[in-house]
Amino acid sequence: MGEGPRFMALTPAVNLGPATALTCRECGNSRELGPHYACEECFGPLEISYDFGDVTRASIEAGPRNIWRYRGLLPVPENVADTPNLEPGLTRLVRADHLAESLGLQRLWVKDDSGNPTHSFKDRVVAVALAAARELGFKVLACPSTGNLANAVAAAAARAGIRSAVFVPSNLEAQKIITTAVYGGTFVTVDGNYDDVNRLASEIAGEQEDWAFVNVNVRPYYAEGSKTLGYEIAEQLGWRLPDQIVVPIASGSQLTKIDKAFQEFIRLGLVEDKPYKVFGAQAAGCDPVSAAFKAGHDVVRPVKPDTIAKSLAIGNPADGPYVLDAVRRTGGAVEDVTDEQVVEGIRLLARTEGIFGETAGGVTVGVLKKLVDSGALDPAAETVIINSGDGLKTLDAVAPVVGPSANIAPSLAAFRASGLA
Amino acid sequence: MSSVSVRIPTILRTYTGGEAEVTAEGATLRAVVADLEASYRGISARILDDNGKLRRFVNVYVGDEDVRFADGLDTATPAGAQISIIPAVAGG
Repeated sequence: MGEGPRFMALTPAVNLGPATALTCRECGNSRELGPHYACEECFGPLEISYDFGDVTRASIEAGPRNIWRYRGLLPVPENVADTPNLEPGLTRLVRADHLAESLGLQRLWVKDDSGNPTHSFKDRVVAVALAAARELGFKVLACPSTGNLANAVAAAAARAGIRSAVFVPSNLEAQKIITTAVYGGTFVTVDGNYDDVNRLASEIAGEQEDWAFVNVNVRPYYAEGSKTLGYEIAEQLGWRLPDQIVVPIASGSQLTKIDKAFQEFIRLGLVEDKPYKVFGAQAAGCDPVSAAFKAGHDVVRPVKPDTIAKSLAIGNPADGPYVLDAVRRTGGAVEDVTDEQVVEGIRLLARTEGIFGETAGGVTVGVLKKLVDSGALDPAAETVIINSGDGLKTLDAVAPVVGPSANIAPSLAAFRASGLA
Repeated sequence: MSSVSVRIPTILRTYTGGEAEVTAEGATLRAVVADLEASYRGISARILDDNGKLRRFVNVYVGDEDVRFADGLDTATPAGAQISIIPAVAGG
């Protein structure tokens, strides 16, 4: 290749804070920051390389009460907080003593990401993708989605005053259709499953050059947003790492980025270096990573999903191999639960902690229980689980099994007769 | 010979002179990739690894079917088939 300046002349310098380059996770090949997501040499995923400046506990604590307090660790411009965005993050880390007691755990926390502006962790990744997409000159914010991302992209684009283009499987939960459509962007339902929609988006991204498909052609930037979950957990625990964490797996990106966040905090000296175990949670009806883990494989064979946990129904998970790496490196495990156990997990979390999680939360609670029961998870070690979304978006999952205690006439006599006093 | 249409991802268009869709010949995916190599020297090594297998992070579709659910490189590519080569690192 040679003559490096040729490319520099074509690509204006981008200002993405501490980000310096894109580096292939597979072969290590590096290139300049830009709208690239797959390695030209081997198709491997590109990761952001950084030159972190002086980031301290104090500098983070002095930042805004949202993910931009970590902007010095993200591929975003220094002034990212000044442009209209949804300001996600700093969701509650809930001490879950009742759930812990019911499962026989000593100390358990729920990172409740249903508290984000569109009620899932996707607001984090979209906020970072939006900031990067603007800097890279894209005009439209787009995505293929299982629902939560659709909400987050449509809302973030509305807030930013730009066009959105969202593609979802047509069999999505009615709640997620409505909570996307209301924001008024371009919104397409596709007769196919998520993997079909994902493929379509990849092909459209190859034609519409000013469309930023957040989880396709700007995925290296987008995915970094999930690191903020890990940063927040460590900061909210009082600048330390938990012993064990259970994370739901769809593409697997969230899990690998939480692990990356913990590693970065260790490297930056923001937390004490200590061992921790990362566990992954899948639904039995879409368990390609769990199956690979159990079989001892380091490649993930795609599956055709069939589960009520639609936000996790990715049969061909892009980061599956890296999930296996992180889980095996830390001494964790990947487990899966049936749809019945998912529903029971949702009800258990709601009943014990007053947190109504979506089906992905049910998967995580179900897997937590299974890991405790099997002995894979140490009940004496401090544990964090992620609730990545809001139960109001997946009402169909629990509608058949919950309801009022009684229906009575509006009289005291009727109440007394009901036997509910 | 059976002629098929192949959709080329952005990162491989340097090999096809910027073309997003090209025509190739071959009765199986393996033969199609070999024919692409004959027309666009170097492209095969981007799609296949050193052992001649599909790279881990490449998805190839013949029509609507992911070839990993079919016969991989031995998947039949009937005349007129639409083949898509897509980076696997997407979604979620």
